[in-house]
Amino acid sequence: MIWLALIALLLFTPSAWAGEARPLGDDPAVEERLKHLAVELRCLVCQNQTLADSNAPLAEDLRREVREMIVKNMSDKEIIDFLVSRYGDFVLYRPPLKSTTTLLWVGPFVLLVGGGIALVVALKRRGRKVADAAITEEEHRRVEQLLSEGVKRS
Amino acid sequence: MTRFFLPLAIFGIMVGFLAVGLTLNPREIPSPLVGKEAPAFSRQQLHEQDKVFARKDLAGQVWLLNFWASWCSGCKIEHPVLMELAKSGAVPIYGMDYKDQRDEALAWLNRWGNPYQIVGVDLEGRVGIDYGVYGVPETYVIDKQGVIRYKQIGPVTEEALAKTILPLVKELQAK
Repeated sequence: MIWLALIALLLFTPSAWAGEARPLGDDPAVEERLKHLAVELRCLVCQNQTLADSNAPLAEDLRREVREMIVKNMSDKEIIDFLVSRYGDFVLYRPPLKSTTTLLWVGPFVLLVGGGIALVVALKRRGRKVADAAITEEEHRRVEQLLSEGVKRS
Repeated sequence: MTRFFLPLAIFGIMVGFLAVGLTLNPREIPSPLVGKEAPAFSRQQLHEQDKVFARKDLAGQVWLLNFWASWCSGCKIEHPVLMELAKSGAVPIYGMDYKDQRDEALAWLNRWGNPYQIVGVDLEGRVGIDYGVYGVPETYVIDKQGVIRYKQIGPVTEEALAKTILPLVKELQAK
């Protein structure tokens, strides 16, 4: 049953059926730049697809806009600014570093450093525990005895 | 003691984050246009095709700009709320018919009623792109100076109207 569900999931995942985005323009240079830009931009309707992958009507419209801006010879920065001013940083697959996104950028490193510190502390504590284990004279003698027996046996 | 307390605390923090995450709607993307001047547009009117509907004609009043379409299911949901609002006369509603067909848009308004003062036609969705529309319906509250003050993503609900939009409109009208 689970296998059936998994196979169904694989078959019906949207990406499995999503066709190639049709190129509408004729100029290969323009298409090349569009492709280059569109993989950096997020489709707002289907949020986990890039503008290049998506077949949503809005994505098609936005590709048309971007294509027109490329033809007008606008720079990549101008085109990206055009979209960010309308849709916000959300359209960027690489969000810029600013106050609202610091956690996003710094978070993983904070976790890494925190984990590293926790690891060092845990290892140190463990080492100390072993060193501190105090044994009595009686126990010491017993250990010696056991060890020497082991030597005899082998 | 910390041996048991620490994992519990970490678990508690994670639950906290996830609980907040559940209440957020990932479809609502905050608009960078709120607080900025509403983009200018000049479009053909839906009803009287020889006339133009332009943003600059609405200077000096507080108004709502509602992006809708006859093919949009959310628009049907918010429609009764908009009709009530139009009847109350609290604030004028202007419509932008987004990527729609004229005859279907007209039939839709004839059938369900027309809450709009004027409806503009945005056949190619370019006005929509200028306003950062990524799914209809979306509604903007625009003040007397032509600045966008609020964006409602998705249908205008009675709750959103009573709690957010109408108080904001009153405040802006009093200015």
